[in-house]
Amino acid sequence: MERFSRYVFAIAVQGFRLSEHDAEDVFQEVFARTYERLDKLRDDSAVRPWIAQLTRNLCVDRLRETARVEPAEDVEPGATDETLAELDLALTVREALESLGEPCSGLLDRFFCRDESYRTIGEGLELPPGTIASRISRCLVKMRERLEGRNDGAAPSGVR
Amino acid sequence: MSENAWNEERLAGLLRMLKPAPQGWVEAAAKLPRFRAVLDDLVERAEADAAFRAALIADLEAVLAREGVEPTPRLVAALRSRLA
Repeated sequence: MERFSRYVFAIAVQGFRLSEHDAEDVFQEVFARTYERLDKLRDDSAVRPWIAQLTRNLCVDRLRETARVEPAEDVEPGATDETLAELDLALTVREALESLGEPCSGLLDRFFCRDESYRTIGEGLELPPGTIASRISRCLVKMRERLEGRNDGAAPSGVR
Repeated sequence: MSENAWNEERLAGLLRMLKPAPQGWVEAAAKLPRFRAVLDDLVERAEADAAFRAALIADLEAVLAREGVEPTPRLVAALRSRLA
């Protein structure tokens, strides 16, 4: 669950723009069904697309149930698909981050995902903000190298 | 892939997309296997014992609490559905 909680949350909230209540229902249902199917999902490569599709289906069901089949007026047609593709790519990047291990994974997570400042991170580590900035920059380089080294077609055409 | 396909700005933007899910959601989801086991046990006992089934249906919340799980509306609804 640790691995996919952010992804499922993001699909529901960013991809389908569900309300907090609906998104939580979808979130719990996804993991309830995943636990039920866990023994049949031993192939690790099958888990990710299975969870992605399940989450999307449940989000669509929820939108239908609440009579909100049509996207909100401020959502452009195709915007959901585009967002979902971006989230899939974001999960690839997230997995690369986690593969870096500490201290890089923690630094990048705190700065980019938890919106902590250089100063806040530095205070905890007793390092000046400039040092934190340098380390984050180096960690990004390492992550980029890791992603480029994958060479497994993970980066879709949407990569700019 | 072009050399700058994974440039820093792009990576930063993608990292920002996956914010942590609310802690309460994650904690609740982590308890799902235990909750499911409790429900399975209660349903099995209800199927085998009519008196227990009647007591269970009469006060789902109390039985769940006695089993050591918080009787959240979601859990109570799931149990009610399985007993229907």
